[in-house]
Amino acid sequence: MAARKFQPQMATGNDLIEGDVVYFTSTGGWSRHIGDAALAMSPETADDLLTRASAFPNRVVGVYLVEVRLDDRGRAAPAHFREEFRTRGPSNYPQHGRQAE
Amino acid sequence: MYDYTDFDRAFVRERVAEFRDQVERRIAGSLTEAEFLPLRLRNGLYLQLHAYMYRIAIPYGNLNAWKLRQLAYIADRWDKGYGHFTTRTNIQFNWPKLRDVPDMMDALADVEMHSIQTSGNCIRNVTADHFAGASADEIEDPRPTAELLRQWSTDHPEFLYLPRKFKIGITGAPNDRAVTKSHDIGIIVVRNDAGEVGYEISVGGGLGRTPMIGKVIRDFLPKADLLPYLEAILHVYNRSGRRDNKFKARLKILVHEEGLEWVRARVEAAFLERRAAMRPVDPALVAAIAAGFAPPVFEAPAPVAPIVGAGLRAWVDTNVAPHKLDHYGIVTISLKPIGGTPGDATSEQMRLVAELAEAFGHDEIRVSHEQNLILPHVPRRHLPEIYARLKAAGLATANIGLVSDIIACPGMDYCTLATARSIPIAQGISSAFADLDRQRDVGPLKIKISGCINACGHHHVGHIGILGLDRAGVENYQITLGGDGTETAAVGEKTGPGFAYDEVVPAVERLIEAYLDLRTEPGETFLDTYRRVGMGPFKAALYEEARSDAA
Repeated sequence: MAARKFQPQMATGNDLIEGDVVYFTSTGGWSRHIGDAALAMSPETADDLLTRASAFPNRVVGVYLVEVRLDDRGRAAPAHFREEFRTRGPSNYPQHGRQAE
Repeated sequence: MYDYTDFDRAFVRERVAEFRDQVERRIAGSLTEAEFLPLRLRNGLYLQLHAYMYRIAIPYGNLNAWKLRQLAYIADRWDKGYGHFTTRTNIQFNWPKLRDVPDMMDALADVEMHSIQTSGNCIRNVTADHFAGASADEIEDPRPTAELLRQWSTDHPEFLYLPRKFKIGITGAPNDRAVTKSHDIGIIVVRNDAGEVGYEISVGGGLGRTPMIGKVIRDFLPKADLLPYLEAILHVYNRSGRRDNKFKARLKILVHEEGLEWVRARVEAAFLERRAAMRPVDPALVAAIAAGFAPPVFEAPAPVAPIVGAGLRAWVDTNVAPHKLDHYGIVTISLKPIGGTPGDATSEQMRLVAELAEAFGHDEIRVSHEQNLILPHVPRRHLPEIYARLKAAGLATANIGLVSDIIACPGMDYCTLATARSIPIAQGISSAFADLDRQRDVGPLKIKISGCINACGHHHVGHIGILGLDRAGVENYQITLGGDGTETAAVGEKTGPGFAYDEVVPAVERLIEAYLDLRTEPGETFLDTYRRVGMGPFKAALYEEARSDAA
């Protein structure tokens, strides 16, 4: 069986104090906006992205990579519904979570 | 209500101080996340999808106005003004900040509450019949036993690092409202032929990945032997329970793999040793605990005005259960408004319930595993006023035991373990059956929804159970039928292939339509009908109709 085609990835985690969702940015920091997330376009850069994102153990916890899809204009959105929910907040309370901002 | 002793107060305050120090060290960076994780979990603090979640123990579901008001205060002061009552009769706050949690803990300690052992591989909050002390069918109030177990299991040095979490449920009545058979240890108060009160003990019940109905290991245990017997069970489990595989680590797997007789032989041997070695519980302590659960001073029977108005009548019929005294009722306050989130209450609603309990209900409040609140002792003459005030606060939905009284875990709207959402499925079903007359026509029906295999939503024991899974990156829902959480406990049977998110509500509607066609008379419940006709007709309704709709 052929290896699964590589999908672009981004690094995410939760803020240690606030607990909310954050994304690792191309400038080497963390952002609450998914649009700021750095993208890895190859397996090698994905490994590197995870290593760099994991260098903030006292600021962000549970860092991991998520697959993204790119739209026609190159904007990234999570490929999996779980990650899509993390960009928004709970579906029972639209007034809570990132979707309320 | 059990009141803390100086020992309890000192223990809880010490734990708060300890955790405050741990949080400070984590924020300062001197504790790593790997070091901090087990420390926060043993204090009920989880990190979930969008935020931290703080789980607070409500021992055997017992609250009073003082405690409930403080939970409302905590919701307003440090969270988003609401709380979620869980299927283990705890409360969860979904939005705390790490820095604030020690203050929340202190606020809990102010009202003799805490969050200890609400997570981790230890003995969790003991749950009990939410009608305890009030129902007519009770042999004995199970709460003094539950409190004894709470004291025994809290910080028990031998049982803090078990192979896996450990749950105990107890009821004092033959009608099992506490799902005792789904617990690692299920306890039912029974009376033997000699008229003595004791316990029937079951082991190895549990839901989750491998659902099992508990098996009776002792059909009559004298009351005085309870602690050594439970220690013996825990000892055998601690020693022989599997630690190599998280999914096979619960007591139910040991009972299943080794067999009940194997477990019983070891438990009985360990019991004799423990009983010989343990000091009997001090009778003064037992008496002091029992005194904390003395029945309230009930009022004398008084004339009751007739129940007038369709809304009030429907609510009394559906939400008020018989009390052991004819002129009292047990009021269940539905936390299942049509289209709402099962188990959620706003701080304002909590304060109203506290006020009603104080004014009309001898200051007693219970949380049920079905995620509702109960006023166990209410003189019937107050029902109209209680109804009116609940109605004004959106708390008078007359749906207890009906289609829209759904149990649902938080699912993927909050929980990191979830594989799919459960709350919006519950909201969808509830909205589809918004007409309460239609719900009453359908009659008793328990729908239970879990967003993952861990089964916090008890789907295995739902008459209709729904389990949300991730199938190749898409939410998919498996339906089971015929589950039962009562004294006739049974695990539901899978109907067949799962349903997409959008297909679940129509599927449930087809099942209910099929039931209405199949039942012999309105008194034959959904579960009765399923037991009579079996899976076949329901399966046909689910799948053949779906195919013909699509054609």
